[in-house]
Amino acid sequence: MFVPFRALMQQHWKAIVVLIPFLWLLVFFLTPFFIVVKISVAESLIASPPFSRLLDWSNGWPPTIAINLENYAYLWEDSLYIKTYLSSLKIASISTLLCLLIGYPMAYAIVRTPGTGKFVLLLLVMLPFWTSFLLRVYAWMGLLADQGTINDILIWLGLVDKPVRLLYSHFAVYVGIVYTYLPFMILPLYAIMERLDHSLNEAAADLGAKPVSAFFTVTLPLTMPGILAGCLLVFIPATGEFVIPDLLGGGNVLMIGKILSSEFNANHDWPVASAVAVALLLVLMVPMLFYHRIQSMDVNR
Amino acid sequence: MSGAGPQRSTFLLSCLCFGFAFLYIPILLMIVYSFNHSKLLPVWGGFSFRWYVTLFNSPDVWAATVLSLKIALINATVATFFGTLAGLALARFTRFPGRTLFTGMISAPLVMPEVITGLSLLLLFITLQQLIGWPGNRGMSTITIAHITFSMAYIAIIIQSRLANSDLSLEEAALDLGAKPFRVMADITLPLLAPGMMAGWLLAFTLSLDDLVIASFVAGPGSTTLPMLIYSRIRLGLKPDINALATLLVLAVAIGVLIAGWILIRNQRLRKP
Repeated sequence: MFVPFRALMQQHWKAIVVLIPFLWLLVFFLTPFFIVVKISVAESLIASPPFSRLLDWSNGWPPTIAINLENYAYLWEDSLYIKTYLSSLKIASISTLLCLLIGYPMAYAIVRTPGTGKFVLLLLVMLPFWTSFLLRVYAWMGLLADQGTINDILIWLGLVDKPVRLLYSHFAVYVGIVYTYLPFMILPLYAIMERLDHSLNEAAADLGAKPVSAFFTVTLPLTMPGILAGCLLVFIPATGEFVIPDLLGGGNVLMIGKILSSEFNANHDWPVASAVAVALLLVLMVPMLFYHRIQSMDVNR
Repeated sequence: MSGAGPQRSTFLLSCLCFGFAFLYIPILLMIVYSFNHSKLLPVWGGFSFRWYVTLFNSPDVWAATVLSLKIALINATVATFFGTLAGLALARFTRFPGRTLFTGMISAPLVMPEVITGLSLLLLFITLQQLIGWPGNRGMSTITIAHITFSMAYIAIIIQSRLANSDLSLEEAALDLGAKPFRVMADITLPLLAPGMMAGWLLAFTLSLDDLVIASFVAGPGSTTLPMLIYSRIRLGLKPDINALATLLVLAVAIGVLIAGWILIRNQRLRKP
């Protein structure tokens, strides 16, 4: 039993190494998308499963193909969906920018910390990333609530008389997204800054460049791949975010992840939910391909 | 000019302080309030372990924790195996049919919005159930499959970047000395990868424990993971026993990371003569 297995491994091990993960991803990652596309062109029915079939075999061979583009037309015509896509993109863009503004100086400061201090700081950035994402969002619910810590402090300081509405607002969603995704911005920035040759900055300074102009002409362009990678790692998942707008935004914040989930779970309209997913995927296709390019460039270097 | 150096580091230092305050104050406050006796969460009613007692006496919390840990363990182990194979293929086999598709399928799950992954996997499971009768019940098995699918992509990237940065000369030397490629892979490449596999296993474990959205989609009725349980409770507001649970989880993670960090720093020191 053992010998043939060994012979098999020695002859075909390369094919086996590739095929095992390849087949898994083919079945559980790629095929599902085709099913989503298929259901997005079906008609919503009150049945189990609640959609019409793509191939109708009732008239025998050949089957009739029923493609129904009405779900997409519906997304286009109902202004709620367009508004929600735009609102998601806006929230994701602003959050990405805020992450960059906070994360860049932090990454820079960490890289320039001498000795083991650097590792300790990096670990401290990673630590919240390893704790539950849901609980970190929950922590902000406690801070932002009407009787929460921030309102308590504001009232105690005499800045306001009654609690300010912080939870269930756009502000809360921005805070939540920036808070959750900040490590995703810092880590790629840190990775590229660490490879940076500090002597270039010294050369610029020796040649009379002020620190600010040395930063803009040397450091910033050299760290651009890290900036792009970090921004995409924040922007793409933030656009489809569901938990943060649901817990911190309440009913006041429109985001597409929430719409998708409610179409599916509350309205049981699988075809429309699938169409929402396909449209979201199309919106994110360009940044995703861009990210894929950066990723493969980085590995080849 | 002479003032520019310290001035800039003051700026950087305040950025660091602000950044870490932003990252840690919410977590610290959440921990403080877990010891609050009052049921109305934001009102301080004295120090107590009351919510920890409540927590330990809730059977649904225990059941959800056990289920989540089981899924996380199986996921981490299987995903490390698949992910290591995928990383090896990406880094060492430069040409094989379907390589472009393969790299695409590895990098896409890292940025794919969770709602899309969750919805598409659920629709796959439902379709499969109609076609071949499997999976009969959605629950632990479907959640584990979903988790393996996205975790292995993270591990593949870790392994691939480790191999890309590692020295090929050992493997080449072994090949020159007449070792068979399979032996080289088993005796040289895999041991080189052991730290990466460890890191990947831990990452897959935490990713699985952390996942709410995908699990909610692919779980059937009756299987509730820990994040699903937490979510269903906090949707309607603040719950002190969840603070207690959060404190325990943060503590567990902090101890784990501190141990890992200590080992990392010690190794760094050892390597320096």
